[in-house]
Amino acid sequence: MARRYDTRTTIFSPEGRLYQVEYAMEAISHAGTSLGILATDGILLAAERRNTNKLLDEVFFSEKIYKLNDDMVCSVAGITSDANVLTNELRLIAQRYLLQYGESIPCEQLVSWLCDVKQAYTQYGGKRPFGVSILYMGWDKHYGYQLYQSDPSGNYGGWKATCIGNNSAAAVSSLKQEYKENETTLAEAQALAIKVLSKTLDMTKLTPEKVEMATLTRKDNKTIIRILTNTEVEKLIAEFEKTEAEAEAAKKQPAKS
Amino acid sequence: MSNINLQCLLGIQCNDFVMIAADQSNSHSIMIMKDDEEKIYKISDRLVMGVIGDSGDTNQFAEYIAKNIQLYKMRNGYELGPSAAASFTRRNLAEYLRSSTPYFVNVLMGGYDKENGPELYFMDYLASSVKVPFAAHGYGGYLSLSIMDRYHKKDATETEAYDILKKCVQEVHKRLFVSLPNFQVTVVNRDGIKVLPTINSASLQ
Repeated sequence: MARRYDTRTTIFSPEGRLYQVEYAMEAISHAGTSLGILATDGILLAAERRNTNKLLDEVFFSEKIYKLNDDMVCSVAGITSDANVLTNELRLIAQRYLLQYGESIPCEQLVSWLCDVKQAYTQYGGKRPFGVSILYMGWDKHYGYQLYQSDPSGNYGGWKATCIGNNSAAAVSSLKQEYKENETTLAEAQALAIKVLSKTLDMTKLTPEKVEMATLTRKDNKTIIRILTNTEVEKLIAEFEKTEAEAEAAKKQPAKS
Repeated sequence: MSNINLQCLLGIQCNDFVMIAADQSNSHSIMIMKDDEEKIYKISDRLVMGVIGDSGDTNQFAEYIAKNIQLYKMRNGYELGPSAAASFTRRNLAEYLRSSTPYFVNVLMGGYDKENGPELYFMDYLASSVKVPFAAHGYGGYLSLSIMDRYHKKDATETEAYDILKKCVQEVHKRLFVSLPNFQVTVVNRDGIKVLPTINSASLQ
């Protein structure tokens, strides 16, 4: 019965659902994890790298984090080829705005424009929705540092810390527990990102090859976007493991005495 | 033949405000139709645009820009700053210039930006756009530019700037072969837009 409503995205099921959109969301929940954390002095995105074959040539600057314009960066979870189409569209939207108004596009407008495209693919015939969720980090003069998330249905929202992809629900709940509103610095946010990723990635040991991280800060009225090097990520992981070991030792100490 | 150069627009930008003056004559061929036309348009809370050129074009273009900037505000919940508004206006002018229906208008845009203070933009019908401390359009501008160059200073008060505009109008009245009796004056500062008294031969006495 359900198959009758599966084949076209434009058709509601009798229960009022759009199966293709739900399947797209399902595809994303198996994709590599991406998370974003808003700090007082900046903002960061971190992503899990899945393709870690040592034979893979490093063609790309980074696998899942894309610079959109001078003031915005995004990270994707889902079908990579779909994501490439969307990041291309995002860059076009941003440049069109720059051409018309002579200044960077405000963050929410870029997200909103792209979500209009995503929404169209859930309504107009013969099209499959994009199997991509996106995290956006950016800065604009109206609202400062901002973090947004969008999904295949074309819904979007602003967040202080959030996660998409595999095991994202668990990551969001641990972010909810650990995130301190308005008092998290970028350095603390980086540590938190590693901590949450190590929990959600379900690996015995986190390696720099598995994680990519980008930060966005402001200095002298300019946005600075930086993708962390392997050594920097390694340092963050080492620090995390150190504090984790200390916490473990502290836990055991009172039990012994 | 167009009368775009027979009309006159003047603009001065100082530290705390930007002031725009426009003549109020509407002429067709050799005949003056009107001498109380409004050529300065309020675009948003802290943005005005002085427009001269073919009558009809001026109104149509100013309204088109004003409504689009209002639409932007409604869609996004914040206003377009003066520099973004000037970019937007210039781009529209440039696109219409290359269409079959170009707008034949010269523009001065004055606005107050929350961060950067007052700004003045000079735009002509060929869609050039320059940010300037003072500017003028039309033959009257030829006579006024030297006066503004001589007397303009960054820290002038609104009264001082108004007096500079008076000097310019006086010169236009004395030397220009066209009759431009009335000049409307509008100032934009931190508090918003304010209309100042019209400059004419009676007020110059």
